[in-house]
Amino acid sequence: MLLRSILARLLTTAVTLFGVAVVVFTLIRVAPGNPIAMMLPPGASEEDIAQLTALYGFDKSLPHQFVIWLGGVLQGDFGTSITLRQPVDQLVLSRLPATLELSVMALLIALALGGGAAVLGARFRGSPTETGLDLASGAVLSVPDFLWGLLFVLCFGVLWPVLSISGRIDPGLEFDFTTRFYVIEGLMRGRLDVVASTLSHMLMPAMSLALPLAAMVAQLLKQNLKEVLVQDYTTLSRVHGFSETAVILRDALRNAALPTLTLVGVQFTFLIGGTVIVERLFAYEGLGNMAIDAVINRDLPLIQGIVLLFAALFIVINLLVDLSYTLLNPRLRHG
Amino acid sequence: MTDLSRRGFLGRSAALGALLASGGGTAALAAGGDLTIAYNIPVQSWDPTTGPAAVNPVLQSVYLAVYDRYIDQNPDLSFGPGLLTDWGFTDDKSKITMTVREGVTWHNGAALTPEDIVWSLTRAGNPETGNPMQFVWGKIGNFTVDGQTITADVLEFEPALFKWMAFLTAFVLPKDYYTEVGTEGFEKAPIGTGPYMVDAFEPGAYVRLKAYPGYWGDAPAFDSVTIKFVTDAASRVAEVESGNADITTNIPYEEYDRLIAKEGLAGQAVPITDIGMIFLNDIEAMTDKNVRLAAHYAIDKQLIIDRLLKGYGVPLSTLEAPGYAAYDASITVPYDPEKAIELLAASGYSTDNPVKFTIQTTKGFKPKDYEMVQAIVGLWRKVGIEAEIEVYEIAKHYELRATDKLAPAAFYNWGNSIGDPSTATGFSMFGPSPHAVWDTADLVEKIGPLFGEPDEEKRIQGYKDVSRYIAEQGYVIPLLQYVMPIVYRAGLDVTAYASGDLLPQAIANA
Repeated sequence: MLLRSILARLLTTAVTLFGVAVVVFTLIRVAPGNPIAMMLPPGASEEDIAQLTALYGFDKSLPHQFVIWLGGVLQGDFGTSITLRQPVDQLVLSRLPATLELSVMALLIALALGGGAAVLGARFRGSPTETGLDLASGAVLSVPDFLWGLLFVLCFGVLWPVLSISGRIDPGLEFDFTTRFYVIEGLMRGRLDVVASTLSHMLMPAMSLALPLAAMVAQLLKQNLKEVLVQDYTTLSRVHGFSETAVILRDALRNAALPTLTLVGVQFTFLIGGTVIVERLFAYEGLGNMAIDAVINRDLPLIQGIVLLFAALFIVINLLVDLSYTLLNPRLRHG
Repeated sequence: MTDLSRRGFLGRSAALGALLASGGGTAALAAGGDLTIAYNIPVQSWDPTTGPAAVNPVLQSVYLAVYDRYIDQNPDLSFGPGLLTDWGFTDDKSKITMTVREGVTWHNGAALTPEDIVWSLTRAGNPETGNPMQFVWGKIGNFTVDGQTITADVLEFEPALFKWMAFLTAFVLPKDYYTEVGTEGFEKAPIGTGPYMVDAFEPGAYVRLKAYPGYWGDAPAFDSVTIKFVTDAASRVAEVESGNADITTNIPYEEYDRLIAKEGLAGQAVPITDIGMIFLNDIEAMTDKNVRLAAHYAIDKQLIIDRLLKGYGVPLSTLEAPGYAAYDASITVPYDPEKAIELLAASGYSTDNPVKFTIQTTKGFKPKDYEMVQAIVGLWRKVGIEAEIEVYEIAKHYELRATDKLAPAAFYNWGNSIGDPSTATGFSMFGPSPHAVWDTADLVEKIGPLFGEPDEEKRIQGYKDVSRYIAEQGYVIPLLQYVMPIVYRAGLDVTAYASGDLLPQAIANA
């Protein structure tokens, strides 16, 4: 049953990705801004323009260009970046680990902060602690991630300079890693200096991304916990002598977490989208930063590659969330 | 087993503290041999002769640390020997001769040869390699080498050819090495003849440069230079303010003033070869000379510079800035709102019956671009011009300009780091150029012959005359010459370049 469901989702994924490819390909070509016009030298003649247009394949009709591009994609060739002059797939895949590490770190921070606040709020429900936490999460939600970023730069980069402001790792470090997952590979190889440097660079952007999600998690999870905590089975636990905190952690949390999981899944995709601005602010060498450069330079093959990868990521994450929801919810698993 | 007494513990703690404080120790080292620059644009490609990166003026500073140009350019825009020590046209302008510097080596130790120069020029002139300035390099050919001297035929006379040899894409690349490793190999391990070698490169993050011991010129002051690519201006400010970077540039003027007032930081604000202007298109209301001139006379450029750019800017009346070869200080279009009202009245316009048109601008592409246009529209309103502002992205501007579809007025900035009039007034006002907006025949007739004028004095005077004519006709509204703010830690000696370059080799400890 589960396998059939996964196969069906994978099939629809292919259709969705094709749809995304068509839309992206068309949109970025009808959008204002011709990459050839940006490259023209001052003395370019009509022939020079025609030559440049032909060099990058823009002299062909839109459907013809799409067929050529799609044919390449099906064979694993996503084209060559106009500005970076390297294969798009290599470029995009080289930046993906940075964005994934940042996003996962942000997610973990959001879950820790949001989960902790929710448990605390539920534990002290009706008290000034809960009111204070509600006010704090409301305030956190009202500030966009890039503003949090600027605030962190001011606090931890300038006034109390304990964290690195820009980049992903200290340029002075010598290392030759196989993958670009610096934290994971650094841990596996015992290169704690690389791990520490990466975390020092990652903490501020990750916190900027995490705070709004943490506030959402805190609000939703606390509400769900409060609903669960009036159920009979939690009363029974209290009768058995378990403390309120134990009841929350042992009995209530698992059931209350299911709706939160859906929210986290959906919001995680938005969080990855948020990396575009945050990576720019912190000069973090991820996909988002690359996407902005690609858009500014109208690097069409690169934009296509990045958007397709983002789309694939969103689909995979949603699939994983659905699957985990099925696994965690016995009613869905068995029926 | 060591016995850890209280005194011993305190002693070791002090040692550990000292070790940790050598974070400060690292900074002290940085002051001696290492330099960190927070730069505003990432290197996109290591081939400085092809693709869009090759014509990005801001990237030239990084390229100039690794590669050499045929001809060098001094901080004041004048030219000097680079990899060529001597150059010139023959008297009849049918040939050029170039003498190649001896004793130059590539970063892999191989000697620079005249063949490298010939190969680089031939490659640049080949349309298939994608050199954006091929239209210049294709004007010479049939190279012959005799010892260190290269001779070539002039296929089409280009008076500014040798100035172009100190400009965009004019870098010499290693023939043998490039042929051996190919395009991809070169991107991964680029080599040049410049003062610094590429030691480590993380695309989008940083490049670490190491001084090349075999450099033919003066050894650079710093053994190692890290250029961090920090595209966000606020982050660049934070980098230099926190001491994470020794130097940065292109930050808001307000931040520049604040930072240089702080202890431990210093700065320079240098007028550079980048000017703000308003293109006028020969359509709609702009076909009326009175409207064009009124629009120019109504702008108080100094006020805009003082109020919006904190005084950092030089007002201009022509597209030739001070320091350019064809700059003529006698050509002025002063702020004169009364004259603007008079001119508009002659065409039947007033504040009650304003002339209407659209002005296009970017927002945030250049410092205070949108705000400047807003201020200009406000000044225009006072004399009887009602302009509607349309904001677009710079890519859209290029597209509209190339297809001659810009609005009657469009704000833009024009860079010209060699200061030659052909690359300022010439290409921006010569109708057939894809970058020109004003297309009338009178200008084409005046500028066209200057592109091939062999008498340099006559050529420069010709451009001065054209600039005067353009000011009289109101074909364009030059606004100001931009000023580049550079902030660095006190104790550095920074040589600023009018071309806007920030060269690592031009930075030393004071």
